Amino acid sequence: MNVFFPTDNRISIWSIGSNLSTGMEDGFEGDPQLLCEHKHDGDVLDLQFLDQDRIVTASSTGAVTIFRHHQNSQTISVSQLWARAHCYPCDNAPCTGVVCSSPEIVTVGEDGRIIVFRADQEGVVRVIENADSSTIHAVTYLRTTEILTVNSIGQLKLWDFRQQSNSPSQILSLSGDRVPLHCVDRHPNQQHIVATGGQDGMLCVWDVRQGNTPFSLMEAHTAEMWEVHFHPTNPDHLFTCSEDGSLLHWETSSHSDMPSFLQGGRNSSMVSRSAMAPAGGNQSLISAWLSGDSSKGRLETTHMLPSQTLSVNSLDVLGPCLVCGTDGEAIFVNRQVPV
Amino acid sequence: MRHAVGMTPAGWLCVIKQKEVRAPLDARSQTFRSIKMEEVDVEPTITNIPAISDGKHMGFAWGPGDILVYETLYKASGASGSGCSFIHEIRKDEDIYSPILRKLFNESHHIFVGLQTIREELPSKSKKPQFVSISKNYRSVIRACMEELQQVAVSTRNVELATQCGNQVSILLAIELIWNLCEVLFIDAAPAGSLLLHLLDWVRLHKADVDERAREVLQSESPAEHHDYWDVVVSYVLQGRLEEVRQMLVKQGTLQPAARSMYKQMDTLLSKMPFYNPGGTQTLTEFDVKWRHWHEEVDRCLQDNSFASNRHLEVICKILLGDEDTLLDHKELLGTWYHFLVTRLLFCHPTVKPTELHYYAQSCMTMFLDSRSVSEPLDNILLAAFEFDIHQVIKECSIALNNWWFVAHLTDLLDHCKLLQSHNLHFGSNLREFLLLEYASGLFTHHSLWQLAVDYFDHCPEFGRVYLELQIERVPLETERKALKVLRICEQRQMSEQVRSICKIMAMRALRNNRLGSALSWSIRAKDAAFATLISERFLQDYCAKGTFSDLDLIDNLGPAMLLSDRLTFLGKYREFHKLYGEKRFREAAKLLLSLMTAKIAPQSFWMTLLTDALPLLEQKEVIFTADQTYELMFCLEELTSSLNITASSTDRPMQEEDVEVTKVELLRLALARNLAQAIVKEGTVET
Repeated sequence: MNVFFPTDNRISIWSIGSNLSTGMEDGFEGDPQLLCEHKHDGDVLDLQFLDQDRIVTASSTGAVTIFRHHQNSQTISVSQLWARAHCYPCDNAPCTGVVCSSPEIVTVGEDGRIIVFRADQEGVVRVIENADSSTIHAVTYLRTTEILTVNSIGQLKLWDFRQQSNSPSQILSLSGDRVPLHCVDRHPNQQHIVATGGQDGMLCVWDVRQGNTPFSLMEAHTAEMWEVHFHPTNPDHLFTCSEDGSLLHWETSSHSDMPSFLQGGRNSSMVSRSAMAPAGGNQSLISAWLSGDSSKGRLETTHMLPSQTLSVNSLDVLGPCLVCGTDGEAIFVNRQVPV
Repeated sequence: MRHAVGMTPAGWLCVIKQKEVRAPLDARSQTFRSIKMEEVDVEPTITNIPAISDGKHMGFAWGPGDILVYETLYKASGASGSGCSFIHEIRKDEDIYSPILRKLFNESHHIFVGLQTIREELPSKSKKPQFVSISKNYRSVIRACMEELQQVAVSTRNVELATQCGNQVSILLAIELIWNLCEVLFIDAAPAGSLLLHLLDWVRLHKADVDERAREVLQSESPAEHHDYWDVVVSYVLQGRLEEVRQMLVKQGTLQPAARSMYKQMDTLLSKMPFYNPGGTQTLTEFDVKWRHWHEEVDRCLQDNSFASNRHLEVICKILLGDEDTLLDHKELLGTWYHFLVTRLLFCHPTVKPTELHYYAQSCMTMFLDSRSVSEPLDNILLAAFEFDIHQVIKECSIALNNWWFVAHLTDLLDHCKLLQSHNLHFGSNLREFLLLEYASGLFTHHSLWQLAVDYFDHCPEFGRVYLELQIERVPLETERKALKVLRICEQRQMSEQVRSICKIMAMRALRNNRLGSALSWSIRAKDAAFATLISERFLQDYCAKGTFSDLDLIDNLGPAMLLSDRLTFLGKYREFHKLYGEKRFREAAKLLLSLMTAKIAPQSFWMTLLTDALPLLEQKEVIFTADQTYELMFCLEELTSSLNITASSTDRPMQEEDVEVTKVELLRLALARNLAQAIVKEGTVET
């Protein structure tokens, strides 16, 4: 498994060892190794895998770049560059978010534009000018033709690319307070469930089918939540990171009606969990996230980092592997996340 | 220890490091006051600015971590020539920009923050082990960096980079050496007995090349015949690693069966040498007696010429006796005077007290160094440490080293150990804070490390806040994300003035790029009413020009933020009117429209637009404005036209425009009259 992390205007590819051998003994396989790196203009505000060996980055200069990782020679090169994709007439507009579903790439920026690219085309496929009057902070796919954006005035907007109109098909918002939203992720199996994180560190779970306000609000962090991710294969688990320097692991216990405090210690509950629901706990029709009620102890949160000092800016999770990057210029890798 | 800068007319810049600067530099204006030249400790280093040629004059300006230098247009009589248009940036602390040392800064920040949280009220006895372990953590970070630099230096093909890394390694080596000694003497403050053991560890750690040579010897085919064999054995003896010596000697002993008994005797001597065990029950006096006994035994062996037939064994025997001449014969193997010191203490004064150290240190240094060779900065620093002169150590380090990292962190740790209390500076608050501020100011200029500096400022009780306030406003804000991080720092510390200033910068930038929505969001966040008014005006102007609102998503969701400024309230309410109108809720729309004027929420300049907006409502088939409301509308119109007439006479407005206005007023009057008639009729009808 490879992890990509930009440091000091460089995009670097690291190998943290194969994840096949984890779960054996202590799971320690030495330090992550730097495979190759490449200069990057501007800060990297977001990055995503397009496919096995291509990565898309969003730059503070407004550029969108596709890098290609040549696995045979362990080198990295620019395969395509859209300079100033996001811009003002006489100023740079940072590109704040990118999401891709090969070959399509969608980017959003401080200029309030949504731009659609195709990896195989030089030009721009579609631009929604003035998609937002404020900064769009993040973007994700809801379905193949629909995307979700969150902005700095607390709105979650749904865009349908089948429609030619340049206005969102639905606007959901936090009531009243206009708390900026910084991140958004969609439940991997139940596409109507969406999680967002905002400036006040609250985790919001939304059901985009019904209502224009969040389904539930949960206090999580004490400062901006920078990223939220459902576990791709076990979506009862969710991970959030924040400016307050913490990385949280959220777990809903949908498989059992037994309160978690009756299940003994944390580790034993993990064992019983896998024994009881080998196919994963997301089989029930009503998602745990929508029935979840933190007051009844059905939602457990665990701090994943030993000490909190500087902001955790980014995270990703795959299998038992959790990776995060901090303002202390450090990358943390946890190869044994209990999911 | 702020640097002072003096300018010379010949294109040279002198950076002088001072013992102290009497007047603190005024942080606010960064002005440069006076230097008293007699206080200069060392000759100033001279930095040549290559682009400024001889005979030119220079000016300069202080920056937070650097100095800007430029050529001035001063012309000496007769001299001519054009000035140079460059501004030069001169940086003192280059290390901050080294990619590998950045790890040192990041890691040590973590340790620093941990150290600050150790509670004051704990008894000092329970704190000491914590301080020692923190000191060890700092040192292990230095070691890790050193190893990485070493690796780069070895693997890179870039000669310049290799030299640079090599230099940094030697600096870090010195830093670690000094730190370790300070840890033993000041932080751990080992008593007599243990003191020597710690010093031995210190020397062993920093003279590790013995092990490398030993490995080479042992891996050779016949170690005992290797030409370095005896060097290794003697080196081990000098470091007091007697187990290793015995193992080595066994190899030689088996080769010389004739001398077996002699080797056996040496082995016994070595095995019997007593070492103090601080954890044991033995008292220091008991140990001393035992040691003297052993010493006499060794002396007897030498006197009866037990080893006279073997030159090497005799040398070892003399070393065990601490014979100064023999020790000095092995200067090559000792390498440094402080190794000589520790070896001499080991074999002559194993129960040395901390207070006696300085005497031995001074004499060892004099003995070891030739009268011709000058002592280097490192020697002076270590000597000062042996003399327990902490301030001298810090001062000498500040002069000798090219970064503030070391002195700032060491001083902070020593301050926590309550070792610096007595000392007060004539400027600033105290030495610890002064050095931390210098270091953190340097960090703040770095594009990525600036966040670390915030925590350092937080732990400087006297001036930290002022420094932070001044620096934080100057962080370049390339992205909103960075702006948010800066804001969070300010908000957590109730720095409301800085919050306003940052929001204003962001709002102005958004406004310049015609992003009214963003600009409004930033001014709402800053609670900046004046700016919100300005932006609301822009929105209304845009509306008047285009007939439609931009950024509806924002204006429709203002919520309580609408109350920030009157103009913003009006904007929100006016948009609400359009929404009601669009939803064909005419009565509510009409009521709102009227209230905007009667409650004086709308600026009078906008009344004409509002009245024009009322026109289609007046023209509806159904009566919407009641008679009373119509009277009020008429009153508004009259109030407006009377004030307009006054202004119209004073300005030369084009005839055409005035015509349009007049027609509009006429139209309105007509519509109002008709509506009034209908309303009276309707209201009359309903009543009956």
